[in-house]
Amino acid sequence: MKYQDIIHRCFRCGYCKFTSDYYDFNCPSYRKFGFETYAPGGRMWLIQAWLNGEIKNSERFQEILFSCATCANCVEHCVFTFSDDLVNIFIAAREEMVNKGIIPPPVRDYLKNINTSGNPYKEPANERGKWADSTSIPAYDGHEYLFYIGCVGSYDERAKKIARTVGNVLIKARVSLGILSDRETCDGNEVRSLGEIGLFQFLAEQNITLFKELRVRKIITLDPHAFNTFTQDYPILGGEFEIYHYTQVLAPLIQSKKLSLRDYPAKITFHDPCYLGRHNGEYEAPRKILESIPGVSLIEMDQTRENALCCGGGGGNFFTDILGGGEDSPNRIRVRQALDSGAQIIAVACPQCAKMLEDAVKAEEVGHKIEVLDVAEIVARALA
Amino acid sequence: MSDITLSLAQIVGEQYVSNKAEETYFYARDPGLMPAHKPDYVVVPKTVEEVQKIVRLANKERIPIVPMGAGMSLTGLVIPLKGGIVIDMKRMNKVLEVHEKARYVIVEGGTSHGLLKAYLEKNYPRLRHSVPDSPATSTIAANVMIHGQGRLTQQYGFNSDMVAGLEVVLPSGELCKIGSCSLSPEWFSKGAPLPDLSGLFLGWFGATGIITKVALKLYPRKKMRDVEIFVTDTEDLVPDMVYELTHTEMVEDINIFAQPLPVIFKDNHHITLFITGDTDEELEFKRKMIWDSLDGFIKSKDGGFMSLPPVMKPTLLEMPQQSVSRFADVRKGGGFEYSGPIIAVEKYPECSRKIMELASQYDLAYSAMARIIGRSHCMMFGFAFTFNRADPDMMERTRKALQKVAEFALAAGGVYWKPTVDEQRMAIERMDPNTRNLMKMIKTNLDPQGIMNPGNWEVH
Repeated sequence: MKYQDIIHRCFRCGYCKFTSDYYDFNCPSYRKFGFETYAPGGRMWLIQAWLNGEIKNSERFQEILFSCATCANCVEHCVFTFSDDLVNIFIAAREEMVNKGIIPPPVRDYLKNINTSGNPYKEPANERGKWADSTSIPAYDGHEYLFYIGCVGSYDERAKKIARTVGNVLIKARVSLGILSDRETCDGNEVRSLGEIGLFQFLAEQNITLFKELRVRKIITLDPHAFNTFTQDYPILGGEFEIYHYTQVLAPLIQSKKLSLRDYPAKITFHDPCYLGRHNGEYEAPRKILESIPGVSLIEMDQTRENALCCGGGGGNFFTDILGGGEDSPNRIRVRQALDSGAQIIAVACPQCAKMLEDAVKAEEVGHKIEVLDVAEIVARALA
Repeated sequence: MSDITLSLAQIVGEQYVSNKAEETYFYARDPGLMPAHKPDYVVVPKTVEEVQKIVRLANKERIPIVPMGAGMSLTGLVIPLKGGIVIDMKRMNKVLEVHEKARYVIVEGGTSHGLLKAYLEKNYPRLRHSVPDSPATSTIAANVMIHGQGRLTQQYGFNSDMVAGLEVVLPSGELCKIGSCSLSPEWFSKGAPLPDLSGLFLGWFGATGIITKVALKLYPRKKMRDVEIFVTDTEDLVPDMVYELTHTEMVEDINIFAQPLPVIFKDNHHITLFITGDTDEELEFKRKMIWDSLDGFIKSKDGGFMSLPPVMKPTLLEMPQQSVSRFADVRKGGGFEYSGPIIAVEKYPECSRKIMELASQYDLAYSAMARIIGRSHCMMFGFAFTFNRADPDMMERTRKALQKVAEFALAAGGVYWKPTVDEQRMAIERMDPNTRNLMKMIKTNLDPQGIMNPGNWEVH
């Protein structure tokens, strides 16, 4: 297995579970399940035991491995020199399991759906662009930017609204962009994080080929997950493009008054998406947008930026739900953290976070106190 | 699902009970070198009532129980030697009350040192507790249970000396309050002026009861903190230097470290002095007192203050010091263990020579780290060796070196700190017979069925 020379080096000291000030445990699966085995140190020791033949690939072991949200809190807070590789190690262990064909059924189904339909919803490819039907967002035809949506934004009802809003706001700001519609396919970020590296490479190479055929140079992504794989993984496979998350394009446009915003008085807290923040170091762009809206009071949660608690949707859990629900699920804890901050709105910059946190707001029965909105949706409300 | 699993699930909820191979593997061992032994069940309770019910069930079924914090003693104290139920306490992690003016806090039995430190810094910035250098996930209850030490130990003694009250689940399942809280709403004293019953539990490693609440004394947190290192290459002078330093009563904490690498550290003894103050003047006054106290050693060229590289200061001022955990990977092997006898400060030179001798004999990387306890009343001398988990031969050599430390420590008049079961046996054998009998009486009366962390502090 990849990284086999590192796995035994974990001391299981537990710094990886915390925020940087130790105020709280911040590993989503540890918060949910409560056993040390579901924390990064537990995973490291169990992977070693599995490789040594001391434990088997059981349903429990699969749950432990696949409930990791790949949020990189452990990468951020582990005190050892191999910290950067922690999530990669968990993905490598998943890859071993995938290669042996012994994986949880929801993971298998997700991967099969991507393989057969190009999306996890088993929806036809020719419906991928329907989200944009009622908009003036054009098909990509040599525009400055390709606006890449991803599977969630293309098919999920809530996420489609976000995609439309982001597209409309960018068009209003006179950004030259176009979409691929039914020519778009899955970016593969979750496929890779679930350990199906062969399928990931196929998807990535397919996308890279298409982008090159269309002479794409710059890409705006709706979703931080696509942003992550385009920036971190595609260049290794020959896919060198200028990649932006939509907030990175929108922030300077708003700051330079390309969009005129009216007063929007609201107390807002921003939930950092793991694949924008911890994985790629972008904490400022969404905040700059929110701070530029007149009347907005931006309140930080105690657990913010590199200490933000994951919504629990990462690492494929958005689709597989292996992390599961309940009072101790990370999305519900995150909503309680947002309520503690005194905010009326949880701003998000990821369609998966939006869905996860909206579900949690419903489960916590606090819809009358707090609302989940994408940053672009807040901008749209403030547009004059 | 077995009857016991079902009964435990009825107590804590199905999600928080496991007898699966993954949990029994993990909870069978700690990061140290002690042999693994699997539990039959692992539970993660949330409330005191749940802990009581688990203990009652264990009593009825005569199943061993091992309460566990973070499991960072490294000496196998939470390895379930006779199987049974491991109770992972870390879901019980709330700070319950802070009495600001009386300077104490009450926390649940699974609360970590890291959480309390962060909580106080945020909500009570003028208060602090004695943070140990074990990882931040170490729990307060477990730390006082093993008589841990921390950043305020030179001033106020063992962290267990700073306990201001306990709530304990007895082996019968009954809940018992220890200290002033047994007859007052206030938790300001663990004993005085009453008979101090905390000794029935502190130091027993859970063999007499499970701590579900701890009141801990808090101390003034000054606005500024700094660190100085006085270096000498003459280990024989270290006890005299410490005597002079403690006489000033100006130092927050005194740690001494000696290690072979980097090479500029080799053969030197680094007396690390932490000072605190609310103003520059206070800090400067303390610094001057400390410098004056060591002036004779400077003039005789037996030592001097080291100029600290910029990267070193933040590392030293960290609480807890993450570098202590990083020592585990010096050999890129993720392991270290230390024996840390509590011993007279005068024994520093002997201890120091012994660790170098053993490191050389067994070809091990070492770090000597001493912490002064009280005003030089004694010290913890850590004989720490790092090892590679993927190298069984190195692990065996480390075990052998630590066995030699155990023999040396007793012979030098030391007392084991958080001893392994073998060291406990050696201590019991050497102990005054009447003390031994008293321990047996206490254990037998409190835990007649022998279900509480069996194997630990067993007097036969």
